[in-house]
Amino acid sequence: MKIPSNIVTLIAGITLTLISLWYGQNHGLMPIAASAEAAEVDGLFNLMMTIATGLFLLVEGVIIYSVIKFRRKEGDTTDGPPIEGNVPLEIVWTAIPTVIVFILAIYSFEVYNTLGGLDPMASHDHLASHNHHEMVAMDEGNSQLIAMNGEKVALGLGQSPYLEESSPLNVNVNGIQYAWIFTYPDTGIVSGELHVPVDRPVQLNMSGGDVLHAFWLPEFRIKQDVIPGRESQLTFTPTKVGQYPVICAELCGAYHGGMKTTLTVHSAEDYQQWLQDNTIAQTPNSEQLAVNSEQ
Amino acid sequence: MEQVHPQRKWQDYFSFSTDHKVIGVQYLVTAFFFYFVGGALAEAMRVELSTPDPDFVQPEFYNQLMTMHGSIMLFLWILPAGAAFANYLIPLMIGAEDMAFPRLNAVAFWIIPPGGIFFLSSFFVGAPQAGWTSYPPLSLVSGQWGEEIWILSVLLLGTSSILGAINFVTTILRMRIPDMDIHSMPLFCWSMLATSALILLGTPVLAAALILLSFDLIAGTAFFNPAGGGDPIVYQHMFWFYSHPAVYIMVLPFFGVISEVLPVHARKPIFGYRAIAYSSLAISFLGLIVWAHHMFTSGTPGWLRMFFMATTMIIAVPTGIKVFSWCATLWGGKLNLNSALLFGIGFLSSFLIGGLSGVMVASVPFDIHVHDTYFVVAHFHYVLFGGAVFGLFAAVYHWFPKMSGKMVNETLGRIHFVMTFIGFNLTFLPMHPLGLQGMNRRIALYDPKFQALNELVSIGSYLLALSTFPFIINIVWSVFKGKPAPRNPWRALTLEWQTASPPIIENFEEEPVLWAGPYDYGIDTESIDGDEEVEDMLAEVAGNT
Ligand SMILES: [Cu+2]
Repeated sequence: MKIPSNIVTLIAGITLTLISLWYGQNHGLMPIAASAEAAEVDGLFNLMMTIATGLFLLVEGVIIYSVIKFRRKEGDTTDGPPIEGNVPLEIVWTAIPTVIVFILAIYSFEVYNTLGGLDPMASHDHLASHNHHEMVAMDEGNSQLIAMNGEKVALGLGQSPYLEESSPLNVNVNGIQYAWIFTYPDTGIVSGELHVPVDRPVQLNMSGGDVLHAFWLPEFRIKQDVIPGRESQLTFTPTKVGQYPVICAELCGAYHGGMKTTLTVHSAEDYQQWLQDNTIAQTPNSEQLAVNSEQ
Repeated sequence: MEQVHPQRKWQDYFSFSTDHKVIGVQYLVTAFFFYFVGGALAEAMRVELSTPDPDFVQPEFYNQLMTMHGSIMLFLWILPAGAAFANYLIPLMIGAEDMAFPRLNAVAFWIIPPGGIFFLSSFFVGAPQAGWTSYPPLSLVSGQWGEEIWILSVLLLGTSSILGAINFVTTILRMRIPDMDIHSMPLFCWSMLATSALILLGTPVLAAALILLSFDLIAGTAFFNPAGGGDPIVYQHMFWFYSHPAVYIMVLPFFGVISEVLPVHARKPIFGYRAIAYSSLAISFLGLIVWAHHMFTSGTPGWLRMFFMATTMIIAVPTGIKVFSWCATLWGGKLNLNSALLFGIGFLSSFLIGGLSGVMVASVPFDIHVHDTYFVVAHFHYVLFGGAVFGLFAAVYHWFPKMSGKMVNETLGRIHFVMTFIGFNLTFLPMHPLGLQGMNRRIALYDPKFQALNELVSIGSYLLALSTFPFIINIVWSVFKGKPAPRNPWRALTLEWQTASPPIIENFEEEPVLWAGPYDYGIDTESIDGDEEVEDMLAEVAGNT
């Protein structure tokens, strides 16, 4: 029995679609999603994987089919059919990618906006003070000054427009060869590791002293370069308690690969405990620091 | 046939020759030399990365290897290799006797060997360590002389590239035989027009950036140095204004190659000549307005990221047109699966993956996650190795009979293809999950949880290294012992096949006749019984009398 070729094509098309839809959701390529932002990015990535899988199977299928089916027979020196083009077909394969990238661009824009990438209030780009200590200990008055400074250009991710106003936990981040230093302006804690409570927005105000670095949290899907002389920002909401790597992603020297630390997401109670332990432990230290810097 | 026209002697290939064919071969051999050097550096990196600790080389030296590997492969391998085929083929394809400016052409080539040797000499003073991107401030503080040598070498090679581009454009536009209008010239010429436009527009901006960087480095100015009030982000904009188009400068010539190789060995006309020709120009134009997609996590505001996301994604459309057209060219053909076509198909199937991941990294929210990770390393190797290098090998196998007058050994060619294809995918496919899972790039030491995949990658890279041996053996053996090649072993229709193999010094005995379009396969066989007419004409052209 000869099965009509359009039925074969239909079945192949349905199979390809089903495989793409399944793989787009089950590729398992991403690490766990530990922030609200990660869930958004993963949704976008899954759609892109679905489309990419479909196109991959289609094109590779055509190539493999051609190699098997259209091989030249031994001794055959004739040419193939003189087909020089097909306008409807060419319109289709111009239109389909156009529609796909249009959808992806709109979706990406939405996700980026949800991440806070277009937050105008977080937007500041100014030449940060060259005084290192001032930068680390940036206080309320200082940041207002920045807002009035005029040049409002977003660097990094600010507040998501979909989150109701809540006061984020502010942490100042300083990137140096080859370490991250975290300062908590509310409590004066200085730490080499980042500790945050779960389910509360965190705003990182980042600055660098020497060369470029990039602050990356793979499980949170967020990254932003730390640029000497400029402020940049990352805002995120952790959703899962646990420990996650903090990685420098911009080449910063020989031991760039070693420039990493840990982010610990605590439950609310554990975070209070951590704050208490460290506030006490740090108080003499920070006085010492102040004394040192006066010398 | 009577050898009335003198052939080149081997000494000519070591001289300041103004013959475009000699210069083309000089470019190609020089490029291959640097390919093996750059490859050796890559293998050293893979040995280091087969374990998580920095135990094979010092981390400083790893960064030197990484910087030199990238710079050599881009500026001394793919760029000159593209120029090699452009030099060799353009005059032959359009029926000209030589390039428009033969002397300039020779100068452009002879900048490269000293430039390349000068570049390699930086190893004696501590090679540059800031990556091929050389971002300040790091590039200003990690070894002054290595960095300065890097700047000067890139300026030299950029100059050579500009001189070459002037020649390509002029030759293509002014020196075609009268019968050949712009829509009947081979697609390789179209892709070289698009490439040259990018070289001419982009390279001066890179030169400006590097000259300013050099002042910062040597004279202590602060154009880009934040310590003196400069702005490192301005450097990034200037650098990528050239270096993104540079990706197309490197891959467009091989798009052209594929458009030549597929129709000949599939015995079918190219599908959608004009769509392919104009999509090269579209890629070239769009390529100029996408540079900041390399800076989605850098000092760029949100609206700017959105703008460059949109322009970058649009490039998928002309690129998609090409890929679909090439597939349609194969469809229904009579594929002669020789080494040239195998590498052409290898190009198609690998470049596809680079194109798909390219659309993904164009999306800002996703790129924020994968920027500066192994996902990006995988992506650009699928474009530059899977695209440019596979296309380059297709070109070598396709035009080797023309260049040398000898046929290659097909068995060795196929072994070369299989080893390259497997080695390539084994090396670069696992880099996608590595990057997604959290492995950043440009590191000599990494988290032990990534070790298993890295071992696989290293094994793949060793296979890739081994794959060059059947190639080298094949080429050397064929040059000396290969079967003599007829004028037109592939029964191809472009003009370079209308002259002897290798072509005589003045290219053609008499002005070549344009009796068919470059891809008119099968067309004359339709109306007449059998294919006698085409056979007759081919026999005539092939000189098999
Ligand atoms: Cu760093």
